[in-house]
Amino acid sequence: MATTLCSMKNGQTGKIVLLPPGMSGRRLEALGLRPGKAVTKVSGMPFSGPVTIILDGRQIAIGHGICCKVAVELFDGGGGQRS
Amino acid sequence: MKFCSHCPQGGCLRPCSDPNPDMSDLKPRKILLVGNPNVGKSALFSRLTGVHAVSSNYPGTTVGFTEGNLFVKGERFRLIDVPGAYTIDPTNEAEEVAQRILLEGADIVVITIDATSLERNLNLALQVLELGQPSVVALNMVDEARHEGVDIDVEALEKELGVPVIPTVAVTGQGISDLVSRLDEARVAERGAVKGKDRWARIGEIVRSVQTIGHRHHSLRDRIEDLSVHPGWGALLGIFAILGSFMAVRILGEGMIDLILDPIFENFFMPLLEWTGSLLGGEGTFLFRTLIGMTIDGEIDPELSFGLLTTGLYVPLVMVLPYVVAFYAVLSFLEDVGYLPRFAVLFDALMHRIGLHGFAIVPTLLGLGCNVPGIMATRILDSRRERFIAATLISVAIPCAGLQAMIIGALGDLGGRYVLAVYGTLFLSWAVLGRILHKLLPGFSPELVVEIPPYRLPSISGIGFKLWLRVKGFLIEAIPLVLVGVFIANLLSTSAIMGSFSAFLSPLFRGVLGLPPETAGPILLGFLRKDIAVGMLLPMGLDPGQMVVAVVTLAMTFPCIATFIVLWRELGLRDMLLSIGIMILAALVAGGLLNALFALA
Repeated sequence: MATTLCSMKNGQTGKIVLLPPGMSGRRLEALGLRPGKAVTKVSGMPFSGPVTIILDGRQIAIGHGICCKVAVELFDGGGGQRS
Repeated sequence: MKFCSHCPQGGCLRPCSDPNPDMSDLKPRKILLVGNPNVGKSALFSRLTGVHAVSSNYPGTTVGFTEGNLFVKGERFRLIDVPGAYTIDPTNEAEEVAQRILLEGADIVVITIDATSLERNLNLALQVLELGQPSVVALNMVDEARHEGVDIDVEALEKELGVPVIPTVAVTGQGISDLVSRLDEARVAERGAVKGKDRWARIGEIVRSVQTIGHRHHSLRDRIEDLSVHPGWGALLGIFAILGSFMAVRILGEGMIDLILDPIFENFFMPLLEWTGSLLGGEGTFLFRTLIGMTIDGEIDPELSFGLLTTGLYVPLVMVLPYVVAFYAVLSFLEDVGYLPRFAVLFDALMHRIGLHGFAIVPTLLGLGCNVPGIMATRILDSRRERFIAATLISVAIPCAGLQAMIIGALGDLGGRYVLAVYGTLFLSWAVLGRILHKLLPGFSPELVVEIPPYRLPSISGIGFKLWLRVKGFLIEAIPLVLVGVFIANLLSTSAIMGSFSAFLSPLFRGVLGLPPETAGPILLGFLRKDIAVGMLLPMGLDPGQMVVAVVTLAMTFPCIATFIVLWRELGLRDMLLSIGIMILAALVAGGLLNALFALA
């Protein structure tokens, strides 16, 4: 199922499909986030706050504006955790 | 290669105690220390250089870098700690500086890699190796990697990268001497350059061949890390962190003042001042007025005399420095534990609405101790727009420790709700003014994208090193500003300018703020000296409402002359004047609205 980082539920795991274009996408890629990588959502702060994900066992926080532009393909079951 | 007379064999890592080792004909070779943020690069740097390090700004930027000396077998090297970067295809100002320093060339590049996150770190490592400079790799945090079940075959990694790889644990010093002794094995990696998608493919290949990951349980630390960014639990933890920090700062700061600095000033410096005063020919001479200031009831008062040698030294060294040291100690601790990025996550939604991102909370909190380091810390923000908003908001609406003492001194006796009214007004002004600036200024509010490092037990020496660099920076940068400020205040308060200016402004005070015209004098004087301003307001028989208005107006205009100067330095003349204009307007609007509110009540 296709969705975005900000509409994923906490604890769900998915595969990155598409990064936003431009500088923000490059910034994410520099941090190791790129299409094909598996990520697990840890939390989202209220009032359009940042979303925290786990990538390769490491937490990364991403501002609300960007993570709504990161397309994710959910894994079945979706309850994955840290590797 | 030259050896000092003490150690003909060489091999010592510390600066030589020989004051004149004959190395004058040698231009020191340059070593660059590069790596991602949070890989223990500064711990490695302090292990290699000891305390003789200098932090400075890269020319034309607000990005700082640290430089020190490393001695190997008697030869002195210049070691440069390059700002942390994820890529040298820059995505922010720090990475631009990293790229520029790397392109200037180096004799040896030490690439620091976090063994717990090999894949991401290799991205930068391969980019740096492509530059074709002689390099070695420090594979740092190997202890933590082992703990997490990550096993890296060092020899295989050496083969893959084509340069020496030395496992290290910078915080404990493990592997550092190996690293130093193998610096001369640094070489240019021979593999052809790989670009873009190919690089990630190559990284995947390397990771598969050198790294094996064992089974790892979801540990208690993971639990705490997840809770720290949870909306509810994270906020609770954040509140504890703030309260704990303020308590620690107060206890440390007051302890240093009461037990060490005040007694020294009182017992050793004051007698010296009195003696100097009598040498200068007593009160009335120009030199006495400038150096010692005026006497209060015939005595020199270090807080109120306002001479260069009295208040000019007492305020920065005895009243402010201890709190700054305490603030920096707590900040360095939170930074090394890894709490600050989590704090930024908690505050991001709020800060985003005033055009900043979560990390702007750090300078803001610093400003609560003293606005000067707070405004200096706005350099960590990425764009000029953010720095302008953050610096302006700090100087307008963040009361420093001295100002808070004044607020409580003036209103505490009248009742807590008046103190609360002042704090509430300041917070509202901060939020509203930030929102307005965000809407009016061209540009956009950047998004937070930040790696959150795992919680780590900080090393005392690491915190000590950071604290030392920061305090040294404060002494060099802030004290001259305060001295200039005191000097200007001295000149202004003895000239007639202030008097005629306050006469000119008094109708404004009556009309907008509802204050008697004679309050214009003290409030204007508050530009220079808040303490005296409050002292002059107290006997004027203001009602509590008027007192709140007067104190808010005082608090929102210049915190002090040193802040004025640091704003000038950080923002430039044009933006500083703009910031001051905003400050005066905001003070009048907030004071005027409060006055209207009190009139209704």
